[in-house]
Amino acid sequence: MLGYSVTQWLFGILSFLAIMFALMVVFTRNPVNSVLYLVMTFFCIAGHYLLLNAQFLAVVHIVVYAGAIMVLFLFVIMLMNLNEDTEPQKTIVTKLIAGLIGGILLAVMVGVLKGAEQMHLSQSGASQIGMVKTLGVVLFKDFLFPFEIASVLLLAAMVGAIMLGKKEIK
Amino acid sequence: MIKLIGLVPLFPLIGFLINGFFGKKMSKGLSGTIACVSVLASFIVSVLIFMEVSASQQKSYVVEIFSWINSDTLKIPFSFLVDPLSCLFLLNITGIGFLIHVYSTSYMHDDEGFSRFFTYLNLFVFFMLLLVLGNNYLIMFVGWEGVGLCSYLLIGFWFKNDAYNRAANKAFVMNRIGDLGFLLGIILIFINFGSISFGEVFNKASSVPTYTITTIALLLFVGAMGKSAQLPLYTWLPDAMAGPTPVSALIHAATMVTAGIYMVVRSNIFYSISETASEFVAVVGAITALFAAIIGLLQTDIKKVLAYSTVSQLGLMFLALGVGAYSSAVFHVTTHAFFKALLFLGAGSVIHAMGGEQDIRKMGGLKKALPITFITMLLGTIAISGVPPFAGFFSKDEILAHTYEHSQLLWVVGSIASLCTAFYMFRLMFLTFWGSFRGTHEQEHHLHESPKAMTIPLIILAILSVFGGLLGLPEFWGAKNWMSENLDSVIIRKNPSILSHDTEWTLMAIAVLVAGSTIYFAYQMFIKYKVLPAEKEVDMKPFQRVIYNKFYVDEFYDTIIRKPLDAISEVFYKFFDKQIFDGIVNGTGDATKWSADTLRKLQTGHIGFYIMAMVVGVITILFFSLIK
Amino acid sequence: MINTIPINYYIFLSAVLFIIGAVGVMARRNAIIVFMCIELMLNAVNLLLVAFSTLHNDPSGQVFVFFIMAVAAAEVAVGLAILSMVYRNIKSIDIDLLSKLKN
Repeated sequence: MLGYSVTQWLFGILSFLAIMFALMVVFTRNPVNSVLYLVMTFFCIAGHYLLLNAQFLAVVHIVVYAGAIMVLFLFVIMLMNLNEDTEPQKTIVTKLIAGLIGGILLAVMVGVLKGAEQMHLSQSGASQIGMVKTLGVVLFKDFLFPFEIASVLLLAAMVGAIMLGKKEIK
Repeated sequence: MIKLIGLVPLFPLIGFLINGFFGKKMSKGLSGTIACVSVLASFIVSVLIFMEVSASQQKSYVVEIFSWINSDTLKIPFSFLVDPLSCLFLLNITGIGFLIHVYSTSYMHDDEGFSRFFTYLNLFVFFMLLLVLGNNYLIMFVGWEGVGLCSYLLIGFWFKNDAYNRAANKAFVMNRIGDLGFLLGIILIFINFGSISFGEVFNKASSVPTYTITTIALLLFVGAMGKSAQLPLYTWLPDAMAGPTPVSALIHAATMVTAGIYMVVRSNIFYSISETASEFVAVVGAITALFAAIIGLLQTDIKKVLAYSTVSQLGLMFLALGVGAYSSAVFHVTTHAFFKALLFLGAGSVIHAMGGEQDIRKMGGLKKALPITFITMLLGTIAISGVPPFAGFFSKDEILAHTYEHSQLLWVVGSIASLCTAFYMFRLMFLTFWGSFRGTHEQEHHLHESPKAMTIPLIILAILSVFGGLLGLPEFWGAKNWMSENLDSVIIRKNPSILSHDTEWTLMAIAVLVAGSTIYFAYQMFIKYKVLPAEKEVDMKPFQRVIYNKFYVDEFYDTIIRKPLDAISEVFYKFFDKQIFDGIVNGTGDATKWSADTLRKLQTGHIGFYIMAMVVGVITILFFSLIK
Repeated sequence: MINTIPINYYIFLSAVLFIIGAVGVMARRNAIIVFMCIELMLNAVNLLLVAFSTLHNDPSGQVFVFFIMAVAAAEVAVGLAILSMVYRNIKSIDIDLLSKLKN
C-alpha cells in the first residue's frame, strides 16, 4: 500500500521508534526512565533482526540484553537509590559541545558512507541464514575456538565481578 | 742506510712519548738522559746517511714511509726526501739540538717542570725533522705548524707568569698569519700543478705562467716572513725571549727560524723564475737586517740584543736568497747556527751566574769569574762580526759579494747592517765582561762558572764557530767551496758569480776594514771612556729613545690592529653572542617549557573530557578518509 | 519474505544510533547512564553486522554478533562491579568527581 511494501513500512516504523527511544535514553533525567527506554530500544532492534531473518539472534538478543543486562542495570540503580533529584547534570556548555560534536560526527559519517553503492538486500525465500541449525553448524565448525574462549571470558568476568564486589575484611 | 731515514724523526718522537707519559715518575737524570740519547741517536743516523749521500752518485732519494692520503684526485704519500740539502739541515738540527739538550740538563736542573721541558724539546726536534725531510709541501706544513706549536709551548713554559703567556700567544698568532700565506701558496701550487710533491712540482715549474709563479713565491714567502721573523712579522721574536734560554738558543736561533730559509731554498726554482718575488725577498731581507740592527744598538737586555741580532742575520740570509745566492744563504744558516747558539748558551750561562739577572747595565767585569764562558762568547762575537778567519766572515762575505753583483744599494744596506752587528755585539761583550761589576753585592757573591754540562757544549760550539768557515772557502782563493758544490744538485738554475777577482778582493777588504774599525770604535767608547748605557729612559736623547723603544712598532700594531679587533669582538660578544644566540637557545628552552605547561592543561583527569577527545580524534580520522 | 531495503538505510540507521550513544556518553554525568549509552553503541554495531551478514549471505556476521553479546554481558558485569566499588568509596556516581588523574 502506498507504493511501499509491508517490509518497508515495518522498517520505517521500527527505525523511527528505535531512534526516538534512543534519544529519550539520553535525554531523560530519571535514570530508571533511561533504563526503561533502553529496553524499548532493544525491542525495536530485535524487530529489525526479525526483519533481516535473523530469528535466533532476535530471541537471544531479547533474552540476554533486555532480560539479563538491563535487569542488572536496574538492580544497581535501585541499590544506589538514584532518582531524579540526585541526578548530576553536566553544564549547559558541555552539553552543547557534546551535541555539536555528535552533529559533526554524523555529518562526517554520512559523508564517508555516501560513497557506498546502492545495494539491495536480497535473500531467497528458503534462506537458511539465521536459522539456528545453520548458525549452530558455523559456530561449532569454524568458530569453535572463540566459542570456548568466550566461556573462559565469562568465567573471568564472573570471578572479577565477585572479587570486586566483596566487602573489605578489616 | 738511507732507507732507515725513518729512524731519524722516530727517535725524538719516542723520546717525546716516553717523557710525556712517564716523565713525572722518572728521576730528572733518567728523563734528561732519555731525551739527550734520542737526539744523539738521530744525530748518529744522520751522519751515516749524510756520508752515504755524499759518497753516492745519485744525489736525491725519495723514501716512502707510508701511503698517507690516497684518493682519486689527491695522492699524497708520506715520504721523505734525502738529498744534500736535507742532510745538511739534519746534521744541523740533530747536532746542535743534541748539544743544547745536554746544556739544558744542567740549566733546567732546578726547575720542577724538568721532564715537561724535555718532552717539548723532543717534540720540537721531531717536528723540525719532519719539516726538512718531507718530500711534499704538506709534510713540510705539518712540521711547520708543529714547530710553531712547540715554540708556543716552550716560550710560555713558565706558564704561571702572565707576561710570558702573552708572549707565547703573540708568537703563535704572528706565526699563524704567516701560515695563512703559506697555506694559500700550497693551495695555489696544487691548483696549478695538480700535485704538491717537490719532484713533480719543480719539474713542471717552467710550464706555468710567470705571474702565477710570482704569486706562489710571494705567498710562500709570507709564511717565511712569519716563521723567520722578517718585517713586518718580526715582533714576536724579541718577546719570545721570555722562554728559557736553551729554548731561545735552539728554536729562535738555530732551527725554527731557519725553516723559512729552508723552504725558500727548497723552492728555489720558483724564485729563480720569478724576478719580482726574488726582488721582494731581497728588499725585505735587507730592510729587516738594517732595522733590527739599529734597534739592537741600544737594547739593555742581554737576550734581547741577541734576539734582534738573530732577526738581523736572518734578514741577511733572505737578502742572499733574494739575489740568487742560495748556497751562500745555507752556508750562513749553518755558521749562524754555530755562533748564535753559542752566544745564547753563553748568555744563559751568564744569566745563570747572575742568578737570573738579564740587564747588562747591572753586569760588568765578569771575565774573571766566568773564564770559559767569556772566552767562548768572545770567539762567538768575533765570528758574528765577520772577522777573518772565523766562520762568520766567510759566509757573510759571500753574501755581500753576491749582493754587490745584483744591486749596489742593497750591498750598502747589508754592509751597514754588518757594521751595526759588529758594534752592538762588541758593546754587549765589553759591557758584560769588562770594567767593574755594577750589580748588587749578593749577585757578586753568587758569581761562579757554570758546570761542565753547560760549558762543554759552549766549547764545542766555539770550535765550530772558529773553523766552520772551512766549509765554504771562496773560490777565488783557489780553494774548493764545499758548500756550494754540495748543494749543486738542489739548486736548479744557477747564476755563477761574474765578479772579477779584483772586485772580490776589494769587497773583502772593505768588509774587514769596516768590521775592524767598528770594533776599535766600540773599544774606545766602552772601555777607554767607559761610556755606560743610560739607567733610565728619560736620560736618553729623543732619537735614542725612539730606537730604545724599538721604533714603537709594537705600539703601532696595537693601535691599528689589536684595538679595532678588540672593539669588533666586543660588539660581537655583547650583541650577537649575548642577545641573539643566547636568546635563541634560551628561547627554545622557554618555548618548550611554555608549550609543556599549556599542554599539561589537557590532562584534566575528567573522563568525560577524555571521551570527548577520543570522539574528536575519531572524527579527525574519518575526516581524512573523507577528503581522500 | 524477501527483504528489499537497500543496505544504505541500515548503514544510516546504525550510524545514527551510534552517534546518539556517543553523545549520551559525552553529555551525561551519571556513570550508569554512560554505560547504557555504550551498550546502545554496541547494539548499533550489532545491527549493522547482521544487515551485512544478510547481504552477503554469510552466517559469520551473525556468529560474530553472538560473540559481541557475550562480551557485552561480561563487560557490563565487571563494569557495574567497579561502579559499586567506586560508589562505596565516594558515595556518588558522578564521573566528574573522578579526577585524581589530573596533571
